[in-house]
Amino acid sequence: MSDASFIGQVNEAGNAGLDAAYGQGLTGSREARPADYFALLKPRVMSLVVFTGLVGMVLAPGSLHPVLAITALLCIAIGAGASGAINMWYDADIDAVMSRTQSRPIPQGRITKDEALGFGCVLSVGSVLVMGLGVNWVAAAILALTIGFYVFIYTMWLKRRTPQNIVIGGAAGAFPPMIGWAAVTGDLSLLPLLLFAIIFMWTPPHFWALALYRSDDYARAGVPMLPVVAGERETRRQILLYSLLLVPITLSPWALGLAGPLYGGATAVLGAIFLGIAFRIWRATDYKSAKYMFGYSILYLFLLFALLLAERGLGWGA
Amino acid sequence: MPQHDEHKRRRARNIALAVVLFALVVLFYSITIVRMGGAH
Repeated sequence: MSDASFIGQVNEAGNAGLDAAYGQGLTGSREARPADYFALLKPRVMSLVVFTGLVGMVLAPGSLHPVLAITALLCIAIGAGASGAINMWYDADIDAVMSRTQSRPIPQGRITKDEALGFGCVLSVGSVLVMGLGVNWVAAAILALTIGFYVFIYTMWLKRRTPQNIVIGGAAGAFPPMIGWAAVTGDLSLLPLLLFAIIFMWTPPHFWALALYRSDDYARAGVPMLPVVAGERETRRQILLYSLLLVPITLSPWALGLAGPLYGGATAVLGAIFLGIAFRIWRATDYKSAKYMFGYSILYLFLLFALLLAERGLGWGA
Repeated sequence: MPQHDEHKRRRARNIALAVVLFALVVLFYSITIVRMGGAH
């Protein structure tokens, strides 16, 4: 069976569930608390985005006035959050049937879809304008690209159509270090592109590890994630392949003389652990190592960027 | 939902909005001072 026809069946099966769930919690809006609006911004995703943006900013040559640096970080956070709110507006039907997302404000009926869309649009436009007027227009343009990529390319185009959704869509999460860098320099160079490549290649093993043990959820919602469309075996193989590609890329800043020996050494060890877990996922038939990979991959990315930050702070960076 | 609870939520939203608006005023004022001073 071709991928396309299989995806069609997955979507059809998912649509029946979506139609039933849709409208059950989506029509009435009880009085929302401020925390509900904050939840629309996907704060956990936002925190990693802000951190990687901060690292891009610190690594960039030159300096930025602290007020403008805080402004840039705020714009990155709000812009990323705003695209999350628009994503929740568009995916309200999917969120209502997936156990991982059922407690979000729209499926719970605490915020209406229209409110979420308005909230997301105002914050998107506002964050880009403030970044452009306050910091510079190159950073603002990349922020706009990030928001547009997440909303139009990932959410609206790829997510419900192809198992490559998070591969291509992963670019949206990889832009923040470039925004941080551009906020300081007004342009881009090799290091921010490498940071982009690291997050881009990290995204597939991270999300496929989650999708492995949540594939029932995705199938019910009609989202053609790789385990749903191509099966567990192929997903485990792809996680290993992408991990094998990821580790050399994480070492490239050191190999090219753009990071110091602390980063190079620690990244080699952390990468070996990453590969070890990926290999265990490939060999296993249960979900234990996949669950472990999901948690470790977040720590892994955080540590890689923290190492770059530490090297710059200690003056050890290249 | 009881009237009292609804009132509390609305009050919390209004306070949050006031804080956000005040923070924006401070932010825009600070950005203006920095940009006009040419210290960036």
